[in-house]
Amino acid sequence: MDILIIGVLLGGAYALMAMGLQLQYGVARIMNLANGEMLVAGSFAAFWFFTGFKFSPVTAILFVVPLAFIFNWLVYKIFMRPLVKRAKSEGQLEVDSILSTFGQSFILVGLMLALFGGEYFSYSYLEKPFEILGQAYELNRIVAFLFAIGLCGGLYYWLNRTRLGLTLRAVSVNPEAAGLVGIDVPNTSAFAFALGGAVTASGGALLSMFLTFDASVGVIFTMKALVIVIMGGVRDIRGTILVAFVLGLLETAVASLIDPGLTLAAAYLLFILTLLFRPEGLFGKRST
Amino acid sequence: MVQNKFIKSLAFTMAIGALTVFASDLRADTIKIGASAPKTGPLAGGSTVTYWPNVKLWVKQINDAGGIKLKSGRAKIELIEYDDRTNPGEAIKNIQRLATQDKVDFILGPYGTGFNLATAPIFAKFNYPLLTHTAITDKIDALTKRYSNIFFTLGTTTAFAGDVAKVLGKMKAAGTIGNKVAMVNVADAFGIELANAARPIFKKAGFEIVYDKSYPLGSPDLSPVIRGAKAAKPDAFVAWSYPPDTFGLTAQAKVQGLNVKAYYTAVATAFPAFGGKFGKAAEGILGAGGINPDTEAMKKYFAAHKKVTGKTPDYWASGMVYATFQILQSAIEAVGTKDRKAVTEYIKKNTFNTVMGPITFNNQNNEKYWTVGQWQGGKFYGVSSTGRPGEKSPKAKPKW
Repeated sequence: MDILIIGVLLGGAYALMAMGLQLQYGVARIMNLANGEMLVAGSFAAFWFFTGFKFSPVTAILFVVPLAFIFNWLVYKIFMRPLVKRAKSEGQLEVDSILSTFGQSFILVGLMLALFGGEYFSYSYLEKPFEILGQAYELNRIVAFLFAIGLCGGLYYWLNRTRLGLTLRAVSVNPEAAGLVGIDVPNTSAFAFALGGAVTASGGALLSMFLTFDASVGVIFTMKALVIVIMGGVRDIRGTILVAFVLGLLETAVASLIDPGLTLAAAYLLFILTLLFRPEGLFGKRST
Repeated sequence: MVQNKFIKSLAFTMAIGALTVFASDLRADTIKIGASAPKTGPLAGGSTVTYWPNVKLWVKQINDAGGIKLKSGRAKIELIEYDDRTNPGEAIKNIQRLATQDKVDFILGPYGTGFNLATAPIFAKFNYPLLTHTAITDKIDALTKRYSNIFFTLGTTTAFAGDVAKVLGKMKAAGTIGNKVAMVNVADAFGIELANAARPIFKKAGFEIVYDKSYPLGSPDLSPVIRGAKAAKPDAFVAWSYPPDTFGLTAQAKVQGLNVKAYYTAVATAFPAFGGKFGKAAEGILGAGGINPDTEAMKKYFAAHKKVTGKTPDYWASGMVYATFQILQSAIEAVGTKDRKAVTEYIKKNTFNTVMGPITFNNQNNEKYWTVGQWQGGKFYGVSSTGRPGEKSPKAKPKW
C-alpha cells in the first residue's frame, strides 16, 4: 500500500516532467532538448515568487503559465518555424530541431546562471506530513500530484472532446492531410509547442516545492521526459501519462523491495525492453 | 563591399587591441592569476557557494589594497577565469590553456577532489604550486610523493568517516544514543568511498549497521530510503550524501518523523542554504566539515564575504578555499617575485596565518582540519577535528 502511494506520487511528478514534451514532440514535431531548462525556469519563477513576494508556488503558476506560453510561442515562431519550413522530411526536422534546441538549452542555462547564480535552490513550502492510512507523506508532493492529475485529465479531455483538441490530434497524426482539410498547421503547431512549454514550466513550479534545483540541472529532467515520451508512444498523451505512473511505481517498488541503488537500472531496463519489443511505444501505431 | 567593411573592422579591432596592450604596459606591474572551476554542470551548485565568491573577494581585497607586494612594487591581480562545465577533460584543457596561452603567473586550485587529481599532472609539468582546498582523498601520501608541488588541506576520507564514528562514540558513551546505525550513501565515487571506509570503522567502534543501502545520484524521491532506514529502528542515521540528496533526505526524514538523536548528512549540510531551508529544524543536525565561526578572523571573513559577494560563505570549505588563497599571497609576498618554484618551496617550509587558524604543511599536507560539524543555535559549529581548537561538544538532536 505504502509502495503504491509513494509510487503514484512519484508518477505524478514524472507526468509533470513529460507531458509538455509529449505535446511538443507529438504534435509540433519538435524534439525539444531544452525541455528540462524550461522546467527549471518554472522552478526559478516559483522560487522567486515565493521568496520575493511570499506567493505560494501554486499562485505562481498563474503567472508562469502565460509567460511560458508566450515565450515558447516566440521560440517556435522565431527559431523552429524556419526549420519546419525547410525540412524535406520528418527525419530532417528531427535532426535540425535536436541541434537547435540543444543550443537553446545552453542559452537558457546561461541566462538562468546570469539571473540567479549557480548555487542550489531549495525552499520549504507545505513540507508537512500528511497522513494517509497511518503513514506520513509530504503534503507538497500530494499537492503536486493533484495538479498533475488535473493537468492529465484536463489535457486528455481537451484533446479528445474539443474541436481545438481534435485539430491538434489531426496535426499530430498527419500534418499534410491536416493541412489539406483546412487546418492551419503552422499555427496549430505553434500553439501545441507553446502549450507544451507552459505545461512544462508549471510542472517545474510544482516540482520546485520538493526538489532541490540549480541552473544546470535541466538535462536530468530532459532525459527523464524523453524516456517517458518514447516509451509511451510519441503520438499519444495516454501513453505518456501511463508510463509516467508505471515508472514511478516501478522505481518505488524496486527501491523499497530490492535496493534503492537499482532504481535507475530498473527504469532503463524497462526502457531497453520497450525499445526492443515495442519500439513504437506503448500506444504508438506500428508503422507498416 | 562586405569584404572592405570586414577589413576595416578588423583593422579597428587590432588598433584597439594594440592600444590596450600598450596601455597595460604603461600601467604598474600586474600579476596574472588563473582560475578554473565549474560554473555549469552538476558541481556548479557547490562551486558557486564555496569557490567563486572567494575568488571575487580575494581579488577585490588585494586590488583595493593596491596589489600583491613584490620586490619591484605592488602588482595588481589580473584574473582569468574559465568554466570547466564539471567536466574533467575540460578542466585539464583550461589549466593547459592558462599555463601555455594565457601564461598566467599562478593558478588557483580547482574545485572538487576529482578535478584536483585530474589536473595535478599539468600543474606539476609547468611547476605551478597546486594548493588544493576542496579535495578529500586517502591517497595524499602517494600524491605528494609523486608531485612535489601539490598541497592538501581538507583531510582524508578515512578521517572523515572515522570522526563521524568518534562523535557517535562520544554520544554513545554519554548514553545519548544506542549502538544501531542506519547508513546510506549516494552511489557515486565520493559516497561509495566513504561508505566503504566507514563500515569497518563503525564496527570497530562497537556500532551495529542495521541498514546499509545506496541510492543513485539525482534520485527524485528518497522516501523509500528514509522509510527503509526508519523501519530498521536505528539510534543514529548517517548519510554519505551530495547536495541535492542532503536536502532531499532531510526533508523526507522530517516529514516521516525519523527521530534519531544523531542525524548526519555529508556535503552541503554546512551550506547556508541548508540552514535557510530548514531553519529551526536544522538544530542538532550533524554534517561534514564545520569551522569555528566565533574567532575574530572568521567573523571578519564572514562580514567581508557577505559585503563583497552578497552571499554567506558555507561553514566548511569556504574558509579553507580562502585560506589557500591567503597562503598563496603570503608566499608570493615573502618570496617577492613571481618565481613559482621559490613560492612552492616557501609554502613547504613555513607556517601561515589564515582565516582557519595557523596552517603548516607536513610533507605537503595540512594535518589539522575540521571533520564533523553540527547546527547549534543557527550556526554550524565544528564538533570534531584533527587538532583545531574550539571544538564544541556534540548535542543530542531534538525531535523534528
